[in-house]
Amino acid sequence: MSEQNDPPRLAAEFWRGVRAEAPLLIGVAPFGMIYGVLALSAGMPPAAAQAMSAMVFAGSAQFITTQLYATATPLILIVLTIFVVNLRHLLYSASVAPYLQPLRPAWKFLLAYLLTDEAYAVTIAEYQRSGNLPKHSPGFFLGAGLALWACWQASTAVGVFLGANLPQSWSLDFTLALTFIAIIVPTLKERGLVAAALIASLIGVVSGGLPYKLGLLLATLLGILGGYWLGEEG
Amino acid sequence: MNIWYILLLGGAATYLTRLSMILLFSRRQIPPRLERALRLVPAAVFSAIIAQEVFLQNGQLNLSFHNERIAAALAATLVAWRTRNVLLTLAVGMATLWALQMTLP
Repeated sequence: MSEQNDPPRLAAEFWRGVRAEAPLLIGVAPFGMIYGVLALSAGMPPAAAQAMSAMVFAGSAQFITTQLYATATPLILIVLTIFVVNLRHLLYSASVAPYLQPLRPAWKFLLAYLLTDEAYAVTIAEYQRSGNLPKHSPGFFLGAGLALWACWQASTAVGVFLGANLPQSWSLDFTLALTFIAIIVPTLKERGLVAAALIASLIGVVSGGLPYKLGLLLATLLGILGGYWLGEEG
Repeated sequence: MNIWYILLLGGAATYLTRLSMILLFSRRQIPPRLERALRLVPAAVFSAIIAQEVFLQNGQLNLSFHNERIAAALAATLVAWRTRNVLLTLAVGMATLWALQMTLP
C-alpha cells in the first residue's frame, strides 16, 4: 500500500497515464463539441448542458439524453435509457476490479467516476501488459481518467458556445446518427453483434410510433436477445 | 420537466454502474452468460438509435427518395467500415447530406 501511493511513483504513473490517453483525446474532443451543440439545439440551458458532462460524464448516454429531452420523454424513461446505455460499464467495472482491489476505498470511489470507455481502454491495456497485481499504482488510471475528463469538459464548453450560434438549417442533429455509425460499425465483427445490430435497427424503425421512445428500449432488449441466441455460442 | 433531476438520477445510475463491480466483484468473475449479453448492449442500442434517426421523420417511416439521410448514412457506414476514422465518417456523412439537400428538387 505505502509503495503504491508513494508520491514520486504516483506522479510518474500519473503522467504516463496522461501521455497514454493523449492520442484518444483527438477523437473525443469533436464528440464533446457535438454534444454541446446538440444539447443546446435540444433546448437545454447552457449551464445544465455543461453540468451534464460532469455529472453523467458518459458521451453516448449524454447524446441520447439530448434527443429524449427534445421529445419531452418522461424522466423515468430517460433515466432507464441512460442506465441501459451504460450497462456496458458493468463489464469495465468487473474487468478493472481485481487490479483496484488492494486500494483504499477512497481510490475506488474516485476511479469509478473516471471509468469511461476511453480511460478503460488505455488502463486495462497497461494493467494487462505489466501484469503482477500488487505492484499497480492508481496513478496511471488517475492520469488517463483525468486527461479524458478535462478534455470532455473543455470540448463541451466549446460546443455549448458554438451551439448558441449555429443555424438550424445545417441539420447538425444528424451528427448524432453519424457519430454512432462511426463508433459501432467497426465493432460489428461477429455474428451475434451483427444480429443484435440488425434486429435492433428493424425493431427500432417499426416501433418508432410508440409513445415516449419506448421503441428504443424495446429494440435494444430484443436486439440483445436475438444477438444472444444467434451468436457463436448460442 | 426539470433537467436537473435527469442529471442527478442519470449521473447516479451511471456512477453506480461503474462502481458496482469494483466494490462487489473484486475477487469474483462476472458470470459468462451475463458478460455475453452485456457485450451486445452497444451494438443493439446504437443501431436502434441510428435506424430511428435515419428512417423516421416525426415518428413516420420515410423510405422515399427525398429522405437524404438514407444515402448519407450509407456513405458514412462505408467510410466507418473501411477507415474506422471518426472524423472522416462525420465529414463524409454531412457532406453527402448537404450535397443532396442542395441538389435534390
